[in-house]
Amino acid sequence: MSTSLIGARVARKEDYRFLTGTGQYTDDVALAGQSHAAFVRSPHAHATIRKIAIEKAKSAPGVLAVYTGADLAAAKVGGLPCGWLITDVKGQPMKEPPYPPLAQGKVRHVGERVAVVIAETQAQARDAAEMIEVDYQPLPAVVSAAKAKNGPALHEIAPDNTCYVWALGDKAAVDAAFAKAAHVTKLDFINNRLVPNAIEPRSANAMYTRADDSYTLYVASQNPHVERLLMTAFVLGLPESKVRVVAPDVGGGFGSKIYLYPEDVVVTWASKRLNRAVKWTSDRSEAFVSDAHGRDHVTTAELALDKNGKFLAMRVGTTANLGAYLSTFSSCIPTILYATLLAGQYKTPAIYCEVTAVFTNTVPVDAYRGAGRPEATYVVERLVETAARELKLDPVELRRRNFITEFPYQTPVALCYDTGNYEATLGAALKIGDVAGFKERREQSLRRGKLRGLGYACYIEACGIAPSNVAGSLGARAGLFEAGEIRVHPTGTVTVFTGSHSHGQGHETTFAQVVAERLGLGMEQVEVVHGDTSKILFGMGTYGSRSLAVGGTAIVKALDKVIAKGKKIAAHLLEASEGDIEYERGLFKVAGTDKQKSFGEVAFAAYVPHNYPLDKLEPGLNENAFYDPTNFTFPAGSYVCEVEVDRETGATQVVSFTAVDDFGKIINPMIVEGQVHGGLTQGIGQALTENCMYDADGQLLSGTLSDYAIPRATDVPLFKIDTRETACTHNPLGVKGCGEAGAIGAPAAVMNAITDALGVKDLPMPATAQNVWRAMHTR
Amino acid sequence: MSVRVSMKVNGKPVSAEVEERTLLVTFIRENLRLTGTHVGCDTAQCGACTVHMNGKAIKSCSIVAMQAEGAEILTIEGVAHADGTLHPMQAAFKENHGLQCGFCTPGMVMNALDFAKSHPSPSEQEVRESLEGNLCRCTGYHNIVKSIMAGARAMAATK
Repeated sequence: MSTSLIGARVARKEDYRFLTGTGQYTDDVALAGQSHAAFVRSPHAHATIRKIAIEKAKSAPGVLAVYTGADLAAAKVGGLPCGWLITDVKGQPMKEPPYPPLAQGKVRHVGERVAVVIAETQAQARDAAEMIEVDYQPLPAVVSAAKAKNGPALHEIAPDNTCYVWALGDKAAVDAAFAKAAHVTKLDFINNRLVPNAIEPRSANAMYTRADDSYTLYVASQNPHVERLLMTAFVLGLPESKVRVVAPDVGGGFGSKIYLYPEDVVVTWASKRLNRAVKWTSDRSEAFVSDAHGRDHVTTAELALDKNGKFLAMRVGTTANLGAYLSTFSSCIPTILYATLLAGQYKTPAIYCEVTAVFTNTVPVDAYRGAGRPEATYVVERLVETAARELKLDPVELRRRNFITEFPYQTPVALCYDTGNYEATLGAALKIGDVAGFKERREQSLRRGKLRGLGYACYIEACGIAPSNVAGSLGARAGLFEAGEIRVHPTGTVTVFTGSHSHGQGHETTFAQVVAERLGLGMEQVEVVHGDTSKILFGMGTYGSRSLAVGGTAIVKALDKVIAKGKKIAAHLLEASEGDIEYERGLFKVAGTDKQKSFGEVAFAAYVPHNYPLDKLEPGLNENAFYDPTNFTFPAGSYVCEVEVDRETGATQVVSFTAVDDFGKIINPMIVEGQVHGGLTQGIGQALTENCMYDADGQLLSGTLSDYAIPRATDVPLFKIDTRETACTHNPLGVKGCGEAGAIGAPAAVMNAITDALGVKDLPMPATAQNVWRAMHTR
Repeated sequence: MSVRVSMKVNGKPVSAEVEERTLLVTFIRENLRLTGTHVGCDTAQCGACTVHMNGKAIKSCSIVAMQAEGAEILTIEGVAHADGTLHPMQAAFKENHGLQCGFCTPGMVMNALDFAKSHPSPSEQEVRESLEGNLCRCTGYHNIVKSIMAGARAMAATK
């Protein structure tokens, strides 16, 4: 091949099935003997359950069974585990209350599962679920993080509703730096609670096979192996070898499909009890009260500067709302993935962050696109922009004075950045966003009755969480490697098996580009398989923008093994020394000669080993690899947002958004741009339209897509985006990850632009017309 | 109470006994097993269930199957040519990376096909407004807008 596949805009292999309606999502799977589950959910935020009357439902048409928490307890079904143990400031483990799949005597949030009905049809299951009468004794509820400590206790083991108080950084050094600061900028933030809202609702369909006592679970999941591990080892006590988990086409995740959910456990368990396939598919209203939510921080943050505008220290205090139970990775989000990012792109010498994580009568909170890093970026970039305004400095100049410019750079909050070039992305963003022309545009807007503002955000994120042993020392209860397998077929085509999962990211294309390029094959000769524990040796799945940096590297390592073995085979076939064999563009060559064997010929020899060194080498050409990263990767970028605010109504429109990101090496720019567009839109959604609201009693006010406003096409502009490449230093592809960047950087850029337009110091997210109007009129 | 419904779906006559309350989308997905039409919400907001009824884009979650009695229904499965070649609008989505997870995609394409009939060369703003009833969480709409603009022009060119 003459042109490289790396960096090429290759159209996606997966598109045809999605465009013709032939994708297969979990709810599209219909199994033999299919039955359907419907869950009875708590209408109360906090209540004790006095009685559950199920008799009427049990005898309703089509009903196969009704189960409650008592049935699960009798069957010794365990609670859902939390995957990260945080150790608090006193060296004590976090409080880990039980998280039963079906309520045990008490409910702690609206939407908690109280019973399940399984029937022949979905309509019958739902009809019967409505016949179940639950006698609740309502209890006082607490919903806001700020009030949790003094609110009614949710769990016996945490009377003050505190899961942990955790801290990172040198408090004494920070206090000393603040004491000598020339200027301190202080802001109070609420990082609004969000509902991920992947457009495909969660679904789980479990089948039991009595003949070999095995289970197959189809589930809308981002990481089927982790789902299987957690479910078998911690909840159902089953051998992993008896459980196959398939995550087929998955319609978006954004974090919400990482976790093991109670519904998945219940349908799997029930499939054996009934010896039937049991399917549950969430409707959107259920999703709002049962999918893990995101964000929900209350923060006070301060930045100390010297007289030259150099950052001296940052002090951050955050209360993080974890909801009613510990979701799978909830505990590490407001700690490990938050406080460690507070250095941002700057040489702030001392940083101290204290996080109080609390239980409330709300849906559990866990990772949502960005997961801790958007919250950190919001703190840093709102502080920096506000400090610039207070000091009457150009926000660009203030950032430049404090940029980290030498690498590797050890931050005061544990991370060591391997590489970066923050000026490169900022400089490009200023040009592409035509910041020089902003004043003129502001005048034009004013003439049309609109206030125009410009805001920046320069974010950094840490992707591909690792190494496993370091994460383990910080409380991770899982490995953070990835696995891959290269199966070369006798005719020289290749199937790639990856433990990463694609639910929109286009792995079937990007990973094939990597493999085809390295082997010198055509794209049509490479197939990528993911999402099935029976096919893939192991996997940690997709989250934290890790797929290419970690999963891609595992594949490259397996490829290296394939080529190494191929060289041995070729040496035999060509009667040459192994050391003289070179592999180039699909050909094994004897260096300095015209003797060569194609990849296909070598593959064929491996599977038809007639002329083959059987005494020294096993037949076959099939290699796998596990890769555990040596460090995080550190994507970074610079965003410039311009907004227009209607002076009469407060309605705010993002009129221009420029994003220049450094994701390291890029395999498929078309796919990367798509990831950025989507991330930016979710970030703009957080800033402008999205807000998960509870009333004081714990009733969800924004429980449908009519009330919770995810951005529509008219809410966002065409984005101006570009990339700069500073290759990651510690993986062979030089890649960093791109999935979350937009959601991390956008909220701060938008809010910096709105506060600029209005001339106010702060404004709560989301900046709805009402909030903006109020800010304009309470100055 | 059950009732017999009959209609033409993707050019083929179909008929089934369904409960009166059966939604058109449920009929399409469960009775006909045409699972390309998706359900993404329960408040007629997301548009993933969009199909054509007698040539007009409708949300199949918002009517019961009985209301489509005798109608001509087109679902995403009936859009590509018989030999499997993509329709110009589908091809435009592929070419412009107008889809990621693919879940909203059938609804987007079905809505765009109807829109393009009356907008052979739409502006960006017209396309954005046409997507009022379709939600996508992956693409930020950027490439969907480009896809529909390109697809509409391609459709007009092949008329």
